[in-house]
Amino acid sequence: MTNAIESWFAMGGYAGFVWPAYGVTAAVLGGLALFSWRRHRRSGDTLARLQRQLGTRD
Amino acid sequence: MVALKYLPEIEKGAAMLTRLANPARFMRVSGVVLPWVGVAAAGMLALGLVWSLLLAPPDYQQGESVRIMFIHVPSAWMALSVYLFIAIASAVALVWRHPLAEIAAQAAAPVGAGFTLVCLATGSLWGRPMWGAWWVWDARLTSVLVLFFLYLGYIALVNAFDDGSRGARAGSLLALVGIVNLPIIKFSVDWWNTLHQPASVLRLGGPSIDISLLLPLLVMGAGFALLFLWLLLLRMRTALNEKKVRALSLYGQPASRGEDSDAKLPAARSGVAVKL
Repeated sequence: MTNAIESWFAMGGYAGFVWPAYGVTAAVLGGLALFSWRRHRRSGDTLARLQRQLGTRD
Repeated sequence: MVALKYLPEIEKGAAMLTRLANPARFMRVSGVVLPWVGVAAAGMLALGLVWSLLLAPPDYQQGESVRIMFIHVPSAWMALSVYLFIAIASAVALVWRHPLAEIAAQAAAPVGAGFTLVCLATGSLWGRPMWGAWWVWDARLTSVLVLFFLYLGYIALVNAFDDGSRGARAGSLLALVGIVNLPIIKFSVDWWNTLHQPASVLRLGGPSIDISLLLPLLVMGAGFALLFLWLLLLRMRTALNEKKVRALSLYGQPASRGEDSDAKLPAARSGVAVKL
């Protein structure tokens, strides 16, 4: 069992290339998603607060 | 004469497109669709990851390093498709002055740049063990690097003007001119001598890649496409929200309690700026 996991991590000797490739992808796309999501939420909150202050709905 | 017969249908189609592209309607529809697209993207990417890293067999020549293909190739597809999307949206913005077209193009640009960066980085990490080089200045790699700079140039140009509409116009022109790079990228492996292998999925005569590697590749491709759609809708909604916030803080005055807010807020209530 441990051997199977170890050999999977070793990626047939290509571990130093396969894992960084997936890591870079996760960092770039995950970063984009996180950044875009937070900015979306912030813009919605700001708009709702402003509309409450102004007493407008559209 | 035959064309005249279809004129009502064409007009109906154009009217439908116009209705869908109305910013207020876009906010409503995208608000409903967004969570579903997000769930679909997450599910497809999870399936793609398990398939790519665990279930797919190693390649008979490239061994386990072939697993890089499952992220490298879909990111290359997206790098090209997103640029094409930006160019088409830019054409729509220039010709029809559609308010959502520029917003769509600008929302897509950083995502396209991200996919191109992933394509270049994973390609480099795959090239080192397979070709013995992190980077070579051949036609395919160089033209994709140019694509990355086109994305950065577009983003910089759009933000370089104080007047947002002038920046958007300049960016649209750059996006249209840059479209000549797309066929160069696609056919670079056929036109010039290169280390990069030719197409093995989108080719005449059908895919040459084995089905056990093709299926996870397509699943990952669908996951990347759904992720793009989710990011596009999310970022367009953000841009529309921020536009509205700017309009409200420019023209609106806080209403004092107990008074008729309508009378105090002519611009905020009826102004075009607030309605976008």
